[in-house]
Amino acid sequence: MLLQIVRRTAILLASLVVSSVLVFAFMVLLPGDPARVALGVNASESAVTQLRQEFGLDRPLVAQYLSWVSGLVRFDLGTSYVSRAEIAPQIVDRLQVTMWLVVCAMLLAVVIAVPFGTLMALRHRRPSGLALSALSQVGVAVPAFLAGILLITVFAVKLQWLPANGWTPPNENPTQFLRQLVLPVLSLGLVQGAVLTRYVRSAILDVQREDYIRTARAKGLGRARALRRHGFRNAAIPVVTVLALQLATLLIGAVVVERVFVIPGLGSLLLDQVSNRDLIFVQDVVMLLVFAVLVVNFVVDLLYLVIDPRLKVGAR
Amino acid sequence: MKHIRIGTAAASVLFLALTAACSAGSGTSTSGGTGGNGGAGADKNLTVGLVAEPASLDFTTKDGAAIPQALLDNVYETLVKVDQDGQIKPALAKAWKVSDDGKTYTFDLVDNAKFSDGQAFTAKDAAFSIDRVKKDWTVSLKASMDVVQDAKAVSDTQLQVTLNKPSNNWLYKMSTRVGAMMTEKGVADLATKPVGTGPYVFQTWKRGDSISLKANPSYWGTKPYFQQVTLKYFKDPTALNNALLTGTINVIGTVQAPESLAQFEGNDKYEIIEGTTNGEVLLSFNNGKAPFNDLKVRQAARYAIDHKALLDTCWAGRGTLIGSMVPPTDPWYEDLTGLYPHDLAKAKALVAETNAAATPVRLRIPSLPYAVSCGQVVKSQLEQAGFKVTLDQLEFPAVWLTTVFTDADYDMSIVAHVEPRDLPAVFGDPKYYTRYDNKQLQADLAAADAGTPEEQVTLMKKAAKELSQDAAGDFLFLLPNLIVAEKGITGLPKNAITESFDLTGLARS
Repeated sequence: MLLQIVRRTAILLASLVVSSVLVFAFMVLLPGDPARVALGVNASESAVTQLRQEFGLDRPLVAQYLSWVSGLVRFDLGTSYVSRAEIAPQIVDRLQVTMWLVVCAMLLAVVIAVPFGTLMALRHRRPSGLALSALSQVGVAVPAFLAGILLITVFAVKLQWLPANGWTPPNENPTQFLRQLVLPVLSLGLVQGAVLTRYVRSAILDVQREDYIRTARAKGLGRARALRRHGFRNAAIPVVTVLALQLATLLIGAVVVERVFVIPGLGSLLLDQVSNRDLIFVQDVVMLLVFAVLVVNFVVDLLYLVIDPRLKVGAR
Repeated sequence: MKHIRIGTAAASVLFLALTAACSAGSGTSTSGGTGGNGGAGADKNLTVGLVAEPASLDFTTKDGAAIPQALLDNVYETLVKVDQDGQIKPALAKAWKVSDDGKTYTFDLVDNAKFSDGQAFTAKDAAFSIDRVKKDWTVSLKASMDVVQDAKAVSDTQLQVTLNKPSNNWLYKMSTRVGAMMTEKGVADLATKPVGTGPYVFQTWKRGDSISLKANPSYWGTKPYFQQVTLKYFKDPTALNNALLTGTINVIGTVQAPESLAQFEGNDKYEIIEGTTNGEVLLSFNNGKAPFNDLKVRQAARYAIDHKALLDTCWAGRGTLIGSMVPPTDPWYEDLTGLYPHDLAKAKALVAETNAAATPVRLRIPSLPYAVSCGQVVKSQLEQAGFKVTLDQLEFPAVWLTTVFTDADYDMSIVAHVEPRDLPAVFGDPKYYTRYDNKQLQADLAAADAGTPEEQVTLMKKAAKELSQDAAGDFLFLLPNLIVAEKGITGLPKNAITESFDLTGLARS
């Protein structure tokens, strides 16, 4: 068990180092001069040179990389090229917004996927199961931004039930916050829910064929009861994996959905800073996203050990 | 199936719990207080949807049109102001005199203006503001103050400015952001706390969302109608339209997709205001190198463009055709669209004569809506005349700025030059990306700046015509000022010809 944890921590750290190099390298490859973009069309050549020095862009790449990474390790994310303000507080501000979206969308996805996936598995040969299955396929095929545009057109522009876009912090006006949250969460959550439903369905179908379910049934447990006592726990393993992978999809989906719904979250921040060539800002945000995804995967790895006692032995 | 129903019930309970969790307290300081219906609700509140959010509030160190759009004339005021017809009018200066040699300006200032920190506005502040442009501003616009030799306060209400040579442009520039009046005690934190004498006071800035202004209770002039104005920023034109359709905003300050106007037309809830801007959409040529250093090639390109068809296709027919680098609101405007009428035969003949079809020309456009929609049309029109054109779309600003603007690694581009009275900037400096070096034009521009206002008009007319005849670029069209507002909002400017989105005269009837 301990060995497993140590091994996975080492993998996590190695992945973080590799991804930091990759993130930095991609930023260097982006065409365009950050100093010129920051200063704008009318900037003089000398002002651009001066700003490049100020940003430290005239230093060798290795030095730039090391100073960035050493800052990260000390939780010093640096100063924005464009606004000259500290980056960390701005990220925290935007992250709170994005977390609402991602967490609510994920919960919605689970809430949809578990009952419907199970239902689809139990009725997989019946018309109702097939109908649900077809419906979930449609959900899988629709990208979140398209779902967003459709939802806006129907519920905001035509029916005028909900606002088309915008964001209000919950402590400022809870009703308005909820009204504005509904459509973006639906557009992210429905699509993810549809994907997840497929996985829940196949996981349940798989465990139903396992020996231990047959044994449980032979002992006299009903189908549903056998599934509840022995099935769900086993079916949870692949589902939790997919859920963790979906976190990455959700974060990326949030970038687009935030743009569609004009939500000032991490995604719109990232897009703005890419176009501003606020490289250090972009590096920080991307690294944070990478970090989040890696840590979630790490936690999922550890969760396996809890869910599936067989893995504790280290037989994997 | 009983158990499944229990499962569903449990799921419903979980969903309710999650909804409650999602609605519970905590949260963030970002974002829009006047989002949702808040903006449209109260009578004295106004929410205006705009496109580009500023990256900072300090236009003394940060370029970009978004900062003066929000702050100039609203929070900061200038000594003089430009009206809807392009005439210079009094603002913080009640009147001014120019000496006979054109070098000394004496301004009589209003005596009751106050900064939002409570201090009175005096001639000392005016002198300080002018000096500060030369000393502390870092944007290149500060160059328009280079001509100032000395600015001094004669009394609290009289300011004397001495120039080192006569300059008509200088007085005009005093109506733009370089002429913004600040106070020595209010410049410590310009990026987040602007202090001015204007009818509105800066209130909050929710980054990524909106800027809020509130009416200045101690404003010296006519007090504004709206007590609270929110400028809300939208990157996506569809989201901007939806926000008006659903009542989140009251006004679309600048329509970015003219083809989307159809959904507001014929709806009595909205009105559309259409006027002109200073934004000349220029098909720029790299005059510094082959093939466009050859007048005949440039002429061929100008004859090849069918401006009316182009405007109809790429900007829904909205906008004004101009024949040179001058919008109709400038005093020296004349209609020069007849100089190069669409003439495919002439264009083909010139292409054949100059052998311009031998090598493809690179049309490198920025990734901006007007450029993207015009690029394809321009390419096909040029190809009809025999040109070979490769079209590249470069990310704006980053890549376009480096490739086209700084390195001039291009043959043609399409970009809107939105600065007011920018003919001298775009074509008077051979180092500018147009690489246009015409000594006669440069001499005329200098003489226009130094002459009497009448001479200025005559010489600028001459320069504009010379520029057009020499085909230094092709002037595709002038961007329209398009505003969509809820019916009943009055005072919206027909022409957007200053740097600001002036909120002063707005009201609700």
